[in-house]
Amino acid sequence: MTAPVISASSLDLTFQTNDGPVHALKDVNLDISKGDFVSFIGPSGCGKTTFLRCIAGLEAPTGGTISVNGMTPDEARRARAYGYVFQAAGLYPWRTIGGNIRLPLEIMGFSDAEKKQRVARVLDLVELTGFENKYPWQLSGGMQQRASIARALSFDADILLMDEPFGALDEIVRDHLNEQLLQLWARTEKTIGFVTHSIPEAVYLSTKIVVMSPRPGRITDVIESPLPKERPLDIRDSREFIEIAHRVREGLRAGHADG
Amino acid sequence: MKSLLPIATVVALIFAIWTVAVVPMNIHLTADMAARQDIAVTPDTPAARQEVGALSLAMRNPTIWEMTYSLDRPNLPSPHQVGAELYKSVFTVEPTSRRSLLYHAWVTLSATLLGFVIGAIAGILLAVGIVYNRTMDKAVMPWAITSQTIPILALAPMVIVMLGSIGIQGLLPKSIISAYLSFFPVVVGMVKGLRSPDQMQLDLLNTYSASGTQGFWKLRLPASMPYLFASLKIGISASLVGAIVGELPTGARAGFGARMLVGDQYGQPILTWAALFGAAITAALLVAVLSMIERRTLRRMGMGAA
Repeated sequence: MTAPVISASSLDLTFQTNDGPVHALKDVNLDISKGDFVSFIGPSGCGKTTFLRCIAGLEAPTGGTISVNGMTPDEARRARAYGYVFQAAGLYPWRTIGGNIRLPLEIMGFSDAEKKQRVARVLDLVELTGFENKYPWQLSGGMQQRASIARALSFDADILLMDEPFGALDEIVRDHLNEQLLQLWARTEKTIGFVTHSIPEAVYLSTKIVVMSPRPGRITDVIESPLPKERPLDIRDSREFIEIAHRVREGLRAGHADG
Repeated sequence: MKSLLPIATVVALIFAIWTVAVVPMNIHLTADMAARQDIAVTPDTPAARQEVGALSLAMRNPTIWEMTYSLDRPNLPSPHQVGAELYKSVFTVEPTSRRSLLYHAWVTLSATLLGFVIGAIAGILLAVGIVYNRTMDKAVMPWAITSQTIPILALAPMVIVMLGSIGIQGLLPKSIISAYLSFFPVVVGMVKGLRSPDQMQLDLLNTYSASGTQGFWKLRLPASMPYLFASLKIGISASLVGAIVGELPTGARAGFGARMLVGDQYGQPILTWAALFGAAITAALLVAVLSMIERRTLRRMGMGAA
C-alpha cells in the first residue's frame, strides 16, 4: 500500500456563528489513495462541502490533522496540488473560454507558448475544441461547466476537487457529463473528490463512496465500490449497482434516524 | 435606432406642454402691452387684471394669445424664441466671440471635464481604499455621504473665495466644485463594483494562491466596469452642474452660469433659457459620449451582447 494522497484524522471543525457554535465536522477520519474517485454524499449541512474545502485549505479545521500529498492543505495549494470545480461554472463573463482557462496559468506565471499549448490540450480533454474564442454566454450551462473543469485541469494538478459541479444541470446533461467525467478520469488518472447529493451519481462515478450525516457533520459509512472501472451508463440497471445504491440509502437513513 | 421614437415622443410632449403654458404664463404682461397699444382686453384696467387668474384672463382674451409668443421679456419664452436665440448665439457669431454660446459652453465644459477627471480619479482611488482597507471602509464612507448633504450653493462661494485669496482663480476652483459633486457617485458605484465578485469567485482565486494585486487586476477591476460606467454617467452630469454653480456666485464673466446670471440680472429671460438649454444639451452629449465608450468597452470585454 502506498501512502494516501489525502489523509484526515480526527478532523474537527466548529464554526462560531451568531446563533452559537455549529459543529460542521466531527471526528472525521478518511484516507484517499492515488487514483481514487471518492464521492461525498449526504443531506445539506452534513459537512461534505466543508470537508472538501478543508482539503483545499479554504477552511481551517479547529482540531485534528489533514494532509494532502504529505503537506498541509496550505502548502499543497501553493504547490498546485489540486484544481477546484465549484457548483457554478463561475467563468468570467469578460473573458473568452480560452481566456478563462488561461486565468490560473496567468496567475501561476506560465509562458505564453505553454499557456497556448495547455489551453488547447484541456479544451480537447473536455471536448470543447473550437470554442476557445467564444464567450461564456454563448455556451450552454453544461458546456460552461465543462469549461470550468478544463480550467481546473489546465495546470496539471494531480487532485481534482469538485463541489456538486453538475447540481444545477438537468438530468440528461448530467448523465452525459458523468460519462465524460469517467472517461476523463480514466485518461488522466487523477484523484477526484466529488461532492454530490445524488445517490445514482455517487454510485455511478465512485470507487469509494463516503456517506455523511449532519449535526454534527460526520462520516457514517465508507463504501468501496465493487463496480469495474469501465462503466457504461446502463450499468445503473445492474444488480450490483442497485445493491450499492441501497446501501448508500440505508446509510443516509441511519444518519437521519440518530441525528 | 429603436430608442429614437420613445425619446422623440417624450420631447414632443414636453414641447407641447411648454407651448401651451406660454399663453397663461405671459398673459398678464401681454394684456398690459396690448392695452397700451389700444387693443381691447377684458378686464380693461391693470388693477382689475391683477385680480384675475392667468387661466381665466387667457380664456377671456383669445385674440392676444399670439402676442404671448413674441414678447421681448416674457415670463416664459416660447420654444421658437429660445430656439432662435440658440441658433443666433451658436451659428451666427464667431465661436471666439463673447456673444457666442459656444464660447461660454467651452468655458464651462473645460471646468467640467477637468473636475470630472479629478472627481472620477478621486472616486476610484477612494473606492479601492474602502474595499481594501477596513479603516478606510469605516472612516471614509460616512464622510463621503455627509459631504453630499451640504448644499453646494452654500459651499461654492466659500471655495471660490478661499481659493481666490490664495491666488488660485479661473478654471481650478470651478473644477474643484465639479469634482466635489462628481466623486460621490463614482465612489458609491465603484465600491459596489469592486465588491461585486461573489465568494465563489474569490475562493477560486484563492485556490490558485493568487495575490491581492492579481485579484484586483484580474477579477475585481474588470467585474466593476459596468458599475463604474453607470456612476461615471451620473458623475459627469453632476460635474457640469458643479461647474455652473461655481460660476454663479462670483459673478463669473464667462460660462453657462455667467450667461444665466446676465440673463437674470438684465431681464433677458430668453438668454437665460438659451443658456439652460445649452447646458442641458451639453450634459446630454457628455452622457452620450460616455454611453458610447461604455458600449464599446463592454462589447470588447464580451459583456455587451448578453
